[in-house]
Amino acid sequence: MRVLGGVFAAVVALALWQAIVSLTDVPRFILPPPALVFETWIANRALIWEHTLATATEIALGLLIGAGLGIVTALTLASSEFARLTMRPVLVFTQALPVFALAPILTLWLGFGLGSKIAMAVLIIYFPITSAFFDGLMRTPQGFLDLARTMGASNWTTLWRIRVPAALPSLGSGLRLAAVYAPIGAVIGEWVGSSQGLGYLMLLANGRAKTDLMFAALFTLGLLSILLYVLVNWATLTYLKRHTPGV
Amino acid sequence: MVAPGIRFRGSAALDGRALFSGLELDLKSTGWTCLLGVSGVGKTTILRMIAGLETGAVLHGEITASDGAPLGDRIAYMAQSDLLLPWATVRENVSLGARLRGEAVNRDLVDRLIADVGLSEHAGKKPHALSGGQRQRVALARTLMENRAVILLDEPFSALDARTRAEMQELAHRLLKGRTVLLVTHDPAEAARLGDTIVVMTEAGVTEVPPPEGPAPRAVDDPAYLEAQARLMMLLRAV
Ligand SMILES: Nc1ncnc2c1ncn2[C@@H]1O[C@H](COP(=O)(O)OP(=O)(O)OP(=O)(O)O)[C@@H](O)[C@H]1O
Ligand SMILES: [Mg+2]
Repeated sequence: MRVLGGVFAAVVALALWQAIVSLTDVPRFILPPPALVFETWIANRALIWEHTLATATEIALGLLIGAGLGIVTALTLASSEFARLTMRPVLVFTQALPVFALAPILTLWLGFGLGSKIAMAVLIIYFPITSAFFDGLMRTPQGFLDLARTMGASNWTTLWRIRVPAALPSLGSGLRLAAVYAPIGAVIGEWVGSSQGLGYLMLLANGRAKTDLMFAALFTLGLLSILLYVLVNWATLTYLKRHTPGV
Repeated sequence: MVAPGIRFRGSAALDGRALFSGLELDLKSTGWTCLLGVSGVGKTTILRMIAGLETGAVLHGEITASDGAPLGDRIAYMAQSDLLLPWATVRENVSLGARLRGEAVNRDLVDRLIADVGLSEHAGKKPHALSGGQRQRVALARTLMENRAVILLDEPFSALDARTRAEMQELAHRLLKGRTVLLVTHDPAEAARLGDTIVVMTEAGVTEVPPPEGPAPRAVDDPAYLEAQARLMMLLRAV
């Protein structure tokens, strides 16, 4: 049903797009017709594929590293009062900073390659993952903690066997959010300075007034993002349904 | 080592208002004390104070064991809600204590207790797939699995049908021989059936009531038990 709804919405959007192009005299380099974009997409599939691979690599590595760092940070915060007192203000401060503003600095430090894009994606998803998982870890039902205490559990085993499993749904929400943010980070990184990736291809096409190619790249980026979200959504929800059924 | 008796002396205030004052409650060593009272009177609060857990109330007084040693690691606590971990199977929930302490799990004992509470076919299921009464029996098995001297039970049979309840009362009584047990209940019949000591708690304070003659658990058609049940009911309604 949901797939059908999506297909329907896409068809309507395409028709609307075509109608605007046909009914107005909007020039091709401003808004190319959908059919032309599709043709360009097919004709340039090798080029687009190559840049898609680059962007996908940045996103995947960014997600992996960002999630790893976020999880470790949340665990540290949750298990130590001292860490909460000292690290939390720093974290909140870094969030007050618009992360996009760091992109030029990252490029300066890490160069035009993969590194600065991964770093950008990591920066963008680090906080949502940390804060979602941390909140989950701090909201363990009191009854479970009481039980662990009367059973003589150490803080460490309580964290590992009670608080972490109870917080997995929250971590799942964090990961789903991260899947939405990670492509944004990677593309911003590419815009600031790079020699490959879909963001780079868009800028390149724009510079040469190849609007159809730009749209083709944008369309591919959209597909990639949706695919990533669907994948992460499916993986987290399927896992949670098996791990904690009925919650 | 003999399970200690417990002495509770004190008053508790909730938001500045007295919940109970001058409470004198003695749990006899190796016996069952049934604390009977209506909803909201403070039974769970007393039990949690003995377990050393947070309550909404502030205690002025003291809780001591008859042997003078700390109670902390000698208590098993079965809360009013089952507190089953939703991600763990019945077997994993029953063996939780050992796993939390990093001890080896006695699998035979786990399976035996699960069989005792009548849940062998469900041992591999997670709690969401169990009925309320089945969940409560898992929590009971988990408590029985804890080899502790002092057992605190907060309405452990409340979700069970009459027949299963009678069976579980007998099971718990058999498996908890030699332990000091505090059973919190709002059911006069349960108190009359299981109590070596019966304490009725009302807004006016606590009164110790002599238990029916004969050893617990009393037969369900024992006239002394039926008479005691009626007497307790009258006491509860007297206030
Ligand atoms: N955490 C808390 N904070 C504030 N008040 C509380 C808290 N827990 C319980 N109370 C109040 O303390 C009183 C006694 O509660 P308690 O849970 O001990 O009752 P109970 O006798 O166990 O009742 P029931 O039979 O319904 O379980 C009630 O009036 C309740 O509203
Ligand atoms: Mg209660």
